[in-house]
Amino acid sequence: MNGSGPLLEVQGLHVWFDLAGGRELHAVQGIDFDLGPGERMGLVGESGCGKTTAILAIMGLLPPSASAAGHVLLNGMDMYEAGEDSVRPHRWRDIAMVFQGAMNAFNPVRRIVDQIVEPMELHEIAEGRAARVRAGDLLELVGISARQASRYPHEFSGGMRQRAAIAMALACGPKVLLADEPTTALDVMIQAQVLELLTGLTRELGLSLILVTHDLPIVAQTCDRAAVMYAGKIVESGPTEDLFHTPRHPYTRLLFSATPDLYGRGEVISIPGTPPRLDREVLGCAFAPRCDMAFEPCPSVVPRTLPVAPGHGARCHLNDPAMRSAS
Amino acid sequence: MITAPLLLEVQDLVTRYPVPRGIVGALARRPKEVAHAVEGVSFTVGAGEMLALVGESGCGKTTTAQTVMRLVDPVSGTVRFRGEDITHLRHRELRPLRRRMQLIYQDPYDSLDPRFRVRQTVEEPLLVHHLGSSHERSERVTRALERAGLAPADLFLDRFPHELSGGQRQRVAIATALVLEPELLVADEPVSMLDVSVRAEILTLLDSLRRSGLGILMITHDLSTAARFADRIAVMYLGRIVEEGPAQAVVQDPRHPYTRALITVVPKRDPRDRTTPEILKGEAPNPVHVPTGCRFHPRCPEVASGRARERGMEERCRGEDPMLRELAAGHEAACHLA
Ligand SMILES: Nc1ncnc2c1ncn2[C@@H]1O[C@H](COP(=O)(O)OP(=O)(O)O)[C@@H](O)[C@H]1O
Ligand SMILES: [Mg+2]
Repeated sequence: MNGSGPLLEVQGLHVWFDLAGGRELHAVQGIDFDLGPGERMGLVGESGCGKTTAILAIMGLLPPSASAAGHVLLNGMDMYEAGEDSVRPHRWRDIAMVFQGAMNAFNPVRRIVDQIVEPMELHEIAEGRAARVRAGDLLELVGISARQASRYPHEFSGGMRQRAAIAMALACGPKVLLADEPTTALDVMIQAQVLELLTGLTRELGLSLILVTHDLPIVAQTCDRAAVMYAGKIVESGPTEDLFHTPRHPYTRLLFSATPDLYGRGEVISIPGTPPRLDREVLGCAFAPRCDMAFEPCPSVVPRTLPVAPGHGARCHLNDPAMRSAS
Repeated sequence: MITAPLLLEVQDLVTRYPVPRGIVGALARRPKEVAHAVEGVSFTVGAGEMLALVGESGCGKTTTAQTVMRLVDPVSGTVRFRGEDITHLRHRELRPLRRRMQLIYQDPYDSLDPRFRVRQTVEEPLLVHHLGSSHERSERVTRALERAGLAPADLFLDRFPHELSGGQRQRVAIATALVLEPELLVADEPVSMLDVSVRAEILTLLDSLRRSGLGILMITHDLSTAARFADRIAVMYLGRIVEEGPAQAVVQDPRHPYTRALITVVPKRDPRDRTTPEILKGEAPNPVHVPTGCRFHPRCPEVASGRARERGMEERCRGEDPMLRELAAGHEAACHLA
């Protein structure tokens, strides 16, 4: 541990996928953020904007067709420079993830407890009886009775499997948890149980959480801070309250207006058009063709991220006085 | 005064499914079990009205819709369409009716055949129902696509599903339902598989169809969507409607403890609206073993907290099945404490 600094720092992270015919898809286009101990950060955006790819890159679990560049620092150690041999002992032990659709990814013919024990034995955290006891404790932690540990996945409901998947990610006692759409297929009541569980883990175990979702209200209710991704880039990040009340990127504002509110306030307005393809170079601001406030520089000049308030930044020319006065 | 019959009237509908016993159960001659999917549900949908059926999965929403569409047979109760009792119509008699009520599925990826161009997909129902000459059919296809917001239709007619975005696919699915010019649409989770930015456009489309006079029964687990787009909300729990009323009344002034709990767990858009969620323990219970008394009592916060006992009502909650009662104009709840 290096004490006070952020637990996880991501700097200039890029990911490319090799496509057939020698083409490339630039899925993550230089993202930066850091995460402190016990913090809950949301990563939001429409599907295909690169959320899953970004966190797989942070975990070092990209498929072979992908290549990554940039820096991912865990406790100050640069995981990309250190190389796979040095990183392997830290994966799952210091940083772990709950995969998108994890609740459907259990091996159907193995007992839940055995599947939770496996990573512990692999990482020499515990073995044999001790590992099984620990697996039972973890299940209790996520609200499943240890007596149910030796059941098979199909004997659990969707919500229980999702909680078991979280228990599995916690098996090696990580400090950072990356949860990819952990509630997407769940009912609201079960979703609330899972979100309460994740929040509780950050409060009680001091775990740091990155919650990946396309659902803004989930982030609004769960996270202190959020980063909004569009076409492979973080276009705005800051405290969730600021993102909702004083958004400084039109995409953030429009995403909120496309989301119905329980109390029926405000019109619900869809965002016209679709995100750009990422297998071609995008000129200027990727959101410009769908933006209701695009002006002269937007289609041709790539906007930089500018600070707009403490801890709040946005990648939009509207925040750049030089651009506004020039046009 | 003669009033036109309501578009859809559902009364005391009961639909049950046999539960497979498995080999062991059958050999042991265990009694056959049934899932009480829908246990006495009544509601109406008028022309130009949207009713949202809201509740957790397994509470009977989809079975209700399928029974209304006569895809599943009820045990008892009646379904009336424009005043006509259609509960026991036979397949051949149902045919003309099928044109007038159409189902929109949840998943636009599943419901479109990937080998068919948009033109073929949307024309298919007309062919099935032997409607129109080839020229008339092609006009109706164009009209349906444009009504579904795919205008000009020429741009879309020759595309395959994979050449469409998710929202466009759902619009094609809606056009396929509209081509028969139905009076009632039953939409089962029409946006849950779509991206946030697209949901609003599909919901707005359904809203405009409602304004043009269609009746819509929308099934959703999302109370925010229901609150914004439906005229009325019916909250289902274990095969029953436990609360029904004008959408805003149900959301602003919920009378059933289940509705109140649901409202606290819906994530609010504004971070300042954070409320402490009233999380009910466990999953929605099993429709094979419906609790006695009020079916909600084992999870009810009023019972668990002792408030029901303080009011001397706990016995009733445990022993007597509450019926829907009108508590305000057009607003009903089935709770002894309401
Ligand atoms: N294995 C892969 N090969 C090629 N392209 C991929 C692969 N995985 C993801 N992509 C592409 O990368 C982009 C980002 O996808 P993803 O990270 O899954 O986004 P999100 O999680 O935000 O939905 C998309 O354009 C997607 O099609
Ligand atoms: Mg994803």
